[in-house]
Amino acid sequence: MTDLLEIRELTLEFRSLRGVVKALDGVNLTVREGEILGLVGESGCGKTVTGLSVLGLHSSRQTTTGGEILFEGGDLLTEGDAKLQETRGRKISMVFQDPLASLNPVFRVGEQIIRVIQEHRNVVKSEAEDLTRNALADTGLPTDKSLLRSYPHQLSGGMRQRVCMAMAISCGSRLLIADEPTTALDVTIQAQILRLLLRLRDEHDLAQILITHNVAVAAQACDRVAVMYAGTVVEQGPTTSIMKHPAHPYTIALYQCLPHGKRADELRTIPGTVPDLVAPPTGCRFHPRCDYAMDVCAVTKPMPTVVADAHWATCHYVAARMEDG
Amino acid sequence: MTSNGDTPLLRVEDLTVHFRLRRGISRKSVDVVNAVDDVTLEIHRGQTLALVGESGSGKTTVAETVMQLTKPTSGRILLDGLDLSSVSRRERRESRHKVQMVLQDSYSSLDPRMTVHDLIAEPLRTHGIRGGAELERRIAALLEMVDLGTQHLWRRSHEFSGGQCQRIAIARALALKPEIVVLDEPTSALDVSVQARMLSLLWDLQKKSQLAYLLVAHDLAVVESVADAVAVMYLGRIVEIGSADQVLHRPRHPYSSALLASVPSPDPEDRGRLAVLEGDVPSAINPPAGCRFHPRCPHRMSVCETETPVMREVADGVSRACHLPDDTVFDRFEGDRRARELRQTAPI
Amino acid sequence: MRHAPALAEARYNVRVFLKDRLALVGVVWIVLTFALAILAPVVAPYPDQGRGASNVPNRLQAPSWQHPFGTDELGRDIVSRIIYGTRLALLMPFVVMAAVVMIGIPLGGIAGYYGGLVDEIVMRITDLFLAFPGIILAMALVAFLGASLRNVGIALVVTWWPWYTRLVRGMAVSLRQRGYAKAARTMGVSDLRIVFRHIIPNCLGPCIVQMTLDVGTVILEVAGLSFLGLGAKPPTPDWGLMISTGREYALQQWWIGMFPGLAIVLLVLAFNFVGDGLRDVLDPRAKR
Repeated sequence: MTDLLEIRELTLEFRSLRGVVKALDGVNLTVREGEILGLVGESGCGKTVTGLSVLGLHSSRQTTTGGEILFEGGDLLTEGDAKLQETRGRKISMVFQDPLASLNPVFRVGEQIIRVIQEHRNVVKSEAEDLTRNALADTGLPTDKSLLRSYPHQLSGGMRQRVCMAMAISCGSRLLIADEPTTALDVTIQAQILRLLLRLRDEHDLAQILITHNVAVAAQACDRVAVMYAGTVVEQGPTTSIMKHPAHPYTIALYQCLPHGKRADELRTIPGTVPDLVAPPTGCRFHPRCDYAMDVCAVTKPMPTVVADAHWATCHYVAARMEDG
Repeated sequence: MTSNGDTPLLRVEDLTVHFRLRRGISRKSVDVVNAVDDVTLEIHRGQTLALVGESGSGKTTVAETVMQLTKPTSGRILLDGLDLSSVSRRERRESRHKVQMVLQDSYSSLDPRMTVHDLIAEPLRTHGIRGGAELERRIAALLEMVDLGTQHLWRRSHEFSGGQCQRIAIARALALKPEIVVLDEPTSALDVSVQARMLSLLWDLQKKSQLAYLLVAHDLAVVESVADAVAVMYLGRIVEIGSADQVLHRPRHPYSSALLASVPSPDPEDRGRLAVLEGDVPSAINPPAGCRFHPRCPHRMSVCETETPVMREVADGVSRACHLPDDTVFDRFEGDRRARELRQTAPI
Repeated sequence: MRHAPALAEARYNVRVFLKDRLALVGVVWIVLTFALAILAPVVAPYPDQGRGASNVPNRLQAPSWQHPFGTDELGRDIVSRIIYGTRLALLMPFVVMAAVVMIGIPLGGIAGYYGGLVDEIVMRITDLFLAFPGIILAMALVAFLGASLRNVGIALVVTWWPWYTRLVRGMAVSLRQRGYAKAARTMGVSDLRIVFRHIIPNCLGPCIVQMTLDVGTVILEVAGLSFLGLGAKPPTPDWGLMISTGREYALQQWWIGMFPGLAIVLLVLAFNFVGDGLRDVLDPRAKR
């Protein structure tokens, strides 16, 4: 499998009223063709910002970025608006957490999808309508008139999210970025949507970045997972490898916080709080809260250490242990 | 359900709540939202009962009725044996302090214009402790119970994180020394690590003060970690109720089973085991006839379309409402295999 | 120490407000007008004439060094008249607005929170008043009560309170569903207290903006009614009245009507600028 999207040392800072927020501090990610990569982390870890920056949707006036986002032989970060516009929606699309906010309430659903198609492809209306119906069918929605003529508020949450996905795939994207697509949905509907994502991967070879704070969702629906903390990827690898053998102290701690199968008094908590990214900790950003912190952790940023096949973690402690064999 | 014969702290009997929707210029009552129908449950001192369900299940309405924020259409609520619908308004008001609540959105449950001090002082002031050293002492004690320091006293809610706001809300809820705390999705807006801290705190508080919790939640993993008893609701009715251990590991109703099977698990052994329940949750305005779950039920029979199943005890402490044979048990992940086997051998 | 965070927030808000140049100009102008109103006897070159004393021999003089704005038909120095006029120009709107909000806001809060019959009654009354164009209703009331500045004030209060009731009622309806309102009810706080301690304070933001903008309109309406002869009576130095008298002499002695008109325009503009600036401050999206 070849790499479809590669994010190298992505840094992002933006000016806020309190100072410069160092939101991303060298993010490294790869998404391979036809695979689902889960981007997991808690609030403030930078997962949404990373997703947005792929399509240049991060606020640009007060933002400075560094690093590269390689896609189809070009660097998306440095490409001009025109080229980026071509990529957005066509080659790479995105769906968000709240489908109601992503759909225009005064236009019918069918019309919105048709407009998106016509925006990106040079087709006549009837062809756009056919493409719309195909996209709707692919996302498990009925293709009859009643749905096409509905307004967003007339549909259920799950159906709205499917409509957004239909819009996203209607132009034949190769990569879909889904930012918390199921967080606002009921759990049975979430299962339907997750199954849909897997189907899109299998039947349409659609690669996906699934951004979520729900570790279990990532565990179920993703082929590979990248765990983020305070602006960096701390661990990345195949899902089963990470779930069976988490290496980074943060990943381990996160697992131990999960309530699944544990009683409330058996849950561990992570001491301290998420760092303020205006003045983040030096060296490894997790070190103030880490059980295994060593002196070097406060000084230098750790480099990725391979712990298993295609599975690495950025941690001095892990590096030291791997060296010892 | 675990009951040692003494009076339950809270007993909800045949609770029905219907809302009338007024539409049109004439404002005639046109539609009725059947939010809650014939719900019966009990909570004992020091126990946690979780109300589980998805949107439209009516669990939030049940909680609001217990909180006396919504009036029931019919049915009784007995608080410590006192029937709330048949006592005077004054007596009802006086019993209010026994039931307090913590809501999901902690930011909106705290008045943004008030300082932490005033937020916690408000219930105390309403009940006689107007000021002075006693007030300050109680406030400081409450903050300590939730692991917050007095340095936060003069800040406002927008200066705090979600987890801290939630703790302020808990401190405020405990101010009146309630017997039951209604927790409406207390952790769904929180990060995993913050949620863990919150659950741990809630557990400790319960053990220390013998509090009872009515937990409204959709996250079954959270429910599993704190609940003693679980009631599964679907479209306004309880479909299954029993001890947490029974309901969460040996569900006896197709919906409970489907719900549990839809919950993703972080355990590597469970990968690929996500079961999917088809269809959308129907509207509460025109619920399906007969068993409300029948349109989506993989085991529906013809009787399910016409007859509403009655709540019956089918095992020790577990009741459910379903037309399937009483000894039906679903495996948490294997879905319907065993049910099908059973149906083949059970008498018609 | 206790109020430190609140102060920091206030300081931040002031900073945002001051960034708006126009709002700043508006504030300065209003402060200046206030100063003139208070210091009128000291600042006005001809205080007696400002108050109304006439000096007929000196009538209809064009602007000059002794009379920078000229003199009116009774020989009174127009600068002094305008300076004394600031008192009325500021007093009327403030009194009217104060009465309007003291009636309108609580009514709206109660109607929105209690709902049901109370809401219906209040809103129907509100609708009734709002069905008439404000100034027409005001005119009718003044005509009924008799022309005087006091009656103009009363008429304006009567025509204006419904706007605030409606504004607040809408907000109250949504706020009563907020968590903190529900929490207060479960704590046993009485409904009326919830309205005044939780609902209304959280509605004030848009009200304050509306008030600053409405002050300008009140000034215009008072001037308008005085212009029509329904408000101030001579020799009161009311700007509207001055414009009215100035009409007769508009062609030859333009200064009589022009300067009072300018004074009105500038003061109304100032209030509007301040209102816009306040809206930016109070807009929650502008907050950090």
